[in-house]
Amino acid sequence: MNGVFDIIGPIMVGPSSSHTAGAVRLGLAARAIVGGRPSRAALALHGSFAQTYRGHGTDVALIAGILGMRPDDERIPDSFHVAREQGMEFTFSRADLGDVHPNSVLMELTGPNGSQTTVGGSSVGGGNILITRIDRFDVDFTGTSHALIVSYRDQPGVIAKITSLLATENVNIAAMRVSREGRHARALAIIELDQPVSKEAGALIKRISGIDTVIALPPVVSE
Amino acid sequence: MYTSIAELTNAAVSRALTVGAAVREQEALDLDQSQDVVICRMQERLAVMRDSVGRGLAGVRSRSGLTGGDARRMAEARTRIARGHATASGAPMLIGGEPLTSAIAYALAVAEVNAGMGRIVAAPTAGSCGVLPGVLFSVGEIRGAGDAELVDALFAAGGVGAVIARSSTLAGAAGGCQAECGAAAAMAAAAAVEIAGGTPEQCADAVALAFKGLLGLVCDPVAGLVEVPCIKRNATSVAVALAAADMALAGIRSVIPADEVIWAMGAIGRELPASLRETALGGLAATPTGKRIASEINMVRDDAVVGIIR
Repeated sequence: MNGVFDIIGPIMVGPSSSHTAGAVRLGLAARAIVGGRPSRAALALHGSFAQTYRGHGTDVALIAGILGMRPDDERIPDSFHVAREQGMEFTFSRADLGDVHPNSVLMELTGPNGSQTTVGGSSVGGGNILITRIDRFDVDFTGTSHALIVSYRDQPGVIAKITSLLATENVNIAAMRVSREGRHARALAIIELDQPVSKEAGALIKRISGIDTVIALPPVVSE
Repeated sequence: MYTSIAELTNAAVSRALTVGAAVREQEALDLDQSQDVVICRMQERLAVMRDSVGRGLAGVRSRSGLTGGDARRMAEARTRIARGHATASGAPMLIGGEPLTSAIAYALAVAEVNAGMGRIVAAPTAGSCGVLPGVLFSVGEIRGAGDAELVDALFAAGGVGAVIARSSTLAGAAGGCQAECGAAAAMAAAAAVEIAGGTPEQCADAVALAFKGLLGLVCDPVAGLVEVPCIKRNATSVAVALAAADMALAGIRSVIPADEVIWAMGAIGRELPASLRETALGGLAATPTGKRIASEINMVRDDAVVGIIR
């Protein structure tokens, strides 16, 4: 980071890297997590996001990201209009999300397949983001690399099977976080990767006993 | 990558390159990309900058409705004077002359486009995005510089900004406005010296002199928005950058070297209270007018908080 093109750049729609560009990326991450454009989105804004979203366009930026726009997309100011054209319902509220970063949002989304997903995240400065919550799980990833989000039932050997499959695919693991609701209960693994996972490898991972869903996430923080 | 201004200017001197060319060559090495590719990437940024100047001069308004139209006002005043209408109508003449008058108009233009949710190049940040294009295009015009020279001027500015980012900060929340408009002015001064054909030493002095002029500048945005005073601080920062570049080109040295000035900026930033680092709690944001505007725009009401989730 901090090469010349990070300094003279990024090319973005203003006015704020944290409140606008970062918000677009939070929306993009949420879209990727639910696997496409949601049919409904209920967004709760916290802290500085709740106080200044109108002037910074944080609201239109979040919706733009959920619609798949990048931070330099000139349609960002018109994203509400685009959402209505595409038939996506959305609501905004101000909320106290507790002890989180001042620029935070909680997104309750109805995915393309009708499933409900909650995604929480923060814009932590300079357009960088942190996804901090998926459903009931605390997570911690930046969207700067490829990632796998694997939901499974807690039992011995699941992680070993995933990582050995990744090894045979020659995919390198950059960071990994595993959490669970309790012993033998629902668990979530966030695996950040140096290379993307092929569709075939994703399907093989999904077939591992105990695994419910596998989401392959592209980087959302990049040009 | 260069870790200090001294290292950067020494590299340029020893290889008989301009600062911009030294940064361009090093960046191509660091990214493992060809010269053509990095030039092309910078050319794309130059084109977005140029487009944002044009759109801002035509007149834009911010989403909040608080700002906009001042770039157009400045450009119209400049045109009237060029045509000799000012004295005929009795309006006073502008006093800045070129490139300052154009630099102010262009900086306002880009900063207003940013506030209006238009497309800009963060340089180094969105809040300070007007300073560099303001200086770049106005100095480029009086020098008749082509795109290749402007691209190298952007590399010079980017190299300076990268050093500031590594040894200090470019975030208003961490260092105040000196880290945004101050850094932008230092970068713009380097770009001006590059276009004017100055030496690497003059470039380093211009960086130091510009930065020194804006040390201690606080970040106190009214209503927390990137509008007041940010847009006009972009415009006043171009004057500092141009003054610094002219002093350096005249052979005036900065007593404190650029790298030490950058260090001082970081140290000052750490000593600034949080109220003056982008929290909208102090300075202009805390004035009666600032508070009135904040309550009108953001309509911050406790009853708007819908409840505690989780």
